[in-house]
Amino acid sequence: MSVDVSKVAKTNGTEPATTSGAPKAAGAIANWADERLGLGTAMKKNLRKVFPDHWSFMLGEIALWSFVVLLLTGVFLTLWFDPSMTEVQYNGSYDPLRGVHMSSAMASTLDISFDVRGGLLMRQMHHWAAMIFIASMMIHMLRVYLTGAFRKPRELNWVIGTLLLLLGTIEGFTGYSLPDDLLSGTGVRAADGFMKASPVVGSYMSFFLFGGEFPGDSIIPRFYAMHILLIPGILLALVAAHMLLLVYHKHTQWPGPGRTEENVVGYPMLPVYMAKAGGFFFIVFGTIALMGGLFSINPVWKLGPYDPSKVTAGSQPDWYMGWPDGLLRIIPPWETHIWGITVSWNIMLPILVAPPLMLMVLMVLPFLEAWITGDKREHHLLQRPRNAPTRTGIMAGLMTFYGLAWAAGGNDIIAIKMHLSINQITYFMRGAVIIGPIIAFFIARRWCISLQRHDEGKLLHGYESGVLVRSPDGGYAEKHLPLPEADAYRLTARDADPTPESVDEIEESGHQVGRRRIRARLQALFFADNVQNPTAEEIEEASHHAEHELHELESQIAAGPNRHGPTED
Amino acid sequence: MSDTSTPDQQAPEPGTALETAGPIPDPGLPAHTWRPTDVDPAKERRAERQVAALFGLSALCTVAFLVAYFTLDVGDDWHVVGGFGASSMALGVTLGLALMLIGIGVIHWARKLMGDHEIVEMRHSARSSDEDREGTLQALDDGLEESGIGRRPLIRNSLLGAVGLLGLPAVVLLRDLGPLPGKKLYHTIWGDGTADAPMRIVRDGIWTPILASDLEIGDLVNCQPDALMNPQRYGIDPSEVEGVNLQVHKSKASLVLLRMDPGDIIPGKAADGGSRDNWTVDGIVAYSKICTHVGCPISLNERTTHHLLCPCHQSTFDLADSGKVVFGPAGRPLPQLPIKVDEQGYLVARSDFDEPVGPSFWERDYYER
Repeated sequence: MSVDVSKVAKTNGTEPATTSGAPKAAGAIANWADERLGLGTAMKKNLRKVFPDHWSFMLGEIALWSFVVLLLTGVFLTLWFDPSMTEVQYNGSYDPLRGVHMSSAMASTLDISFDVRGGLLMRQMHHWAAMIFIASMMIHMLRVYLTGAFRKPRELNWVIGTLLLLLGTIEGFTGYSLPDDLLSGTGVRAADGFMKASPVVGSYMSFFLFGGEFPGDSIIPRFYAMHILLIPGILLALVAAHMLLLVYHKHTQWPGPGRTEENVVGYPMLPVYMAKAGGFFFIVFGTIALMGGLFSINPVWKLGPYDPSKVTAGSQPDWYMGWPDGLLRIIPPWETHIWGITVSWNIMLPILVAPPLMLMVLMVLPFLEAWITGDKREHHLLQRPRNAPTRTGIMAGLMTFYGLAWAAGGNDIIAIKMHLSINQITYFMRGAVIIGPIIAFFIARRWCISLQRHDEGKLLHGYESGVLVRSPDGGYAEKHLPLPEADAYRLTARDADPTPESVDEIEESGHQVGRRRIRARLQALFFADNVQNPTAEEIEEASHHAEHELHELESQIAAGPNRHGPTED
Repeated sequence: MSDTSTPDQQAPEPGTALETAGPIPDPGLPAHTWRPTDVDPAKERRAERQVAALFGLSALCTVAFLVAYFTLDVGDDWHVVGGFGASSMALGVTLGLALMLIGIGVIHWARKLMGDHEIVEMRHSARSSDEDREGTLQALDDGLEESGIGRRPLIRNSLLGAVGLLGLPAVVLLRDLGPLPGKKLYHTIWGDGTADAPMRIVRDGIWTPILASDLEIGDLVNCQPDALMNPQRYGIDPSEVEGVNLQVHKSKASLVLLRMDPGDIIPGKAADGGSRDNWTVDGIVAYSKICTHVGCPISLNERTTHHLLCPCHQSTFDLADSGKVVFGPAGRPLPQLPIKVDEQGYLVARSDFDEPVGPSFWERDYYER
């Protein structure tokens, strides 16, 4: 073993060679750890790792921190929750249900709510955190998609993200089913119906999952095992992978002066980013605690325990399950009976086909776009949504589909609150979920293109100063001023869209003709009507022109009735 | 930027970073601007005090949390303070503020007092260097070569076969998750009862039998089979209707009775092609309460139209017309239970339903009853 020379006293003989005092103790600990773990090398690279700053980068952080809150509050709940469907008589503090027979799961949920100090707070925090977790994952996903952050080399992290969203949703469903109250039991019963509708093996799946006929006495313990062990385990692993890839790729950044594809500009992890992210954890945690204390959520005691013969009006799943539930409401009564078998399209299409299909669509989006654009380069600078009009249009279409299907999941509530016919809402929604996304796609796409034109206008003609000038002959004009250099640079720091291969070229080469023709055609559609950056000469010419105009306006101001301030005479 | 290239012909090397060359040259990072706290010691001290004050307030909230925990009651007082429960609300507010104040304090510290010089770090391509790739491939080749897996197909294939076969225990082990469905989905506990005791229809919850004359036109009653409460009367083992079994039976046997003007009833056909004429008693019809869509109990009665609406997905069934679906996603009519009156005038079942109740399943029509 080599001698650690740092510990050897340099002032031989005059001062003690041993280290002493607090900082030296810390150094000794660090040394001890490094000699065993080799932390020095890993930390050197990462302690001052740079993270760029933008408010939209905080959305994923909300998801991460609410997941941590879910783990903490969830562990608390497991200490009292009894995942058993054994029938007991409730004898706790909540008067209206005392003496009622219910499952141990429901009774222990009531105990947590009414007899454990802080129990109701933790239950409500857990439920609110779950909602914030899923909502922030969705919004984070929108941010990543709309700014092009999913492009190479980050496609796999996008796929991991979609899996996180899927698992989060399943985790939510198994979680809110655990209390075995009337509303969640109705949801589980519907889930049983979904399973039975599966081709060939449906009734077998149902009998295996429920340990016999619905409702049985196994579903709560089985959901519990999935909810606290299986799914969180996978979630944790995927969250870790998501974070590691983030660190490896380094965060994307917005283009701007000094911010290029080759660098990343921002504050170092230690201390600023760590303080901001760590502080933000406390803010998310605190917000969820306030919500848990102040806003009631899932008051299971109001409807009582599950009873297979009972249901309530306005039965709805948690919001993130709302969109497939909406499709389930508006699907026409399609069921095929042929050769003694029953094919329930009215269940399979909305529940067994639509959600996996939506997930598949999300997963392939990066790969589809990369194939169409033929772009194999790495991208670390974000794009404004307007600079990828077709991409933005696609997400607008998907969001519209989601929103309409979700609204359809509340068709009964809409009918009651707005005094409309539920039948008419349903018929309208059947058409709207198909036509709406198409309309939204075109509107969003054209909207983006007009915003691009607006940017081009600002680049070439300057920004509107708000100063109106009247010319001697009575005409009005607005004074435009040239953009500051940094702003002009920010607007133009983007790629030019590629020009698709010409058909002649493809035919001539005789290589993969069909494939390349399809791609060329899609590429032409993808980039059609996009506004490209003006050339340096165009900007130059426009600025001369604008300068000239400005001079003219200024001389008019000087000469005409627009003069401000004290007169010179 | 006008010289765009076709991607297939002149695609840049994979993994190369993009050169953004816009028409305007990069002006470079803007100069650092000093914050008031950087140049004014008074402001700096003020920010320092603010951060410390935030942390102090947080500590106060934590103390308040502890006080609330030990002084406020849980339990019956949950309706105190606008339905929040005094304990839960106080704990939530104090804990929330304690956490948030720490967060705000730390972020305030970072923004006002920590260094605010932006740092530039260079990126590297995600791709490994050619050298590393070659080294890895070489190592992989060497390893595989030394293992001989390519040269010894017998070992390789037998290993793949043996490991593949291990998937079977994993699947087979799940077999005892539940019994096979058998014929269970085709039957409910309803039936004609015994010779002395035809199966009575009783009110759900209070379990009293129903006289035909108890019902006015338009009345809807939620019902269950009497066998769930008095199994011995019908020769059924009591353990059959206890605990889980009771729930299983209820989830299939739940029934609604509706009385309407007998003239409104449109004659329908039974599953065996026979008539449903004698399935009703003076305009009283009995239908399964379980929706044929995904199985929610149907509950909303439109009194004037003898339509019944499912609150989950709004399937609507016409009880005057053999339970036909008049609206919504359900694909099949509600199953009807044939009923009559017994000697004492109570409503009883003539038989079980003549088709499976509840949601559809693949082999539903397959089984010969």
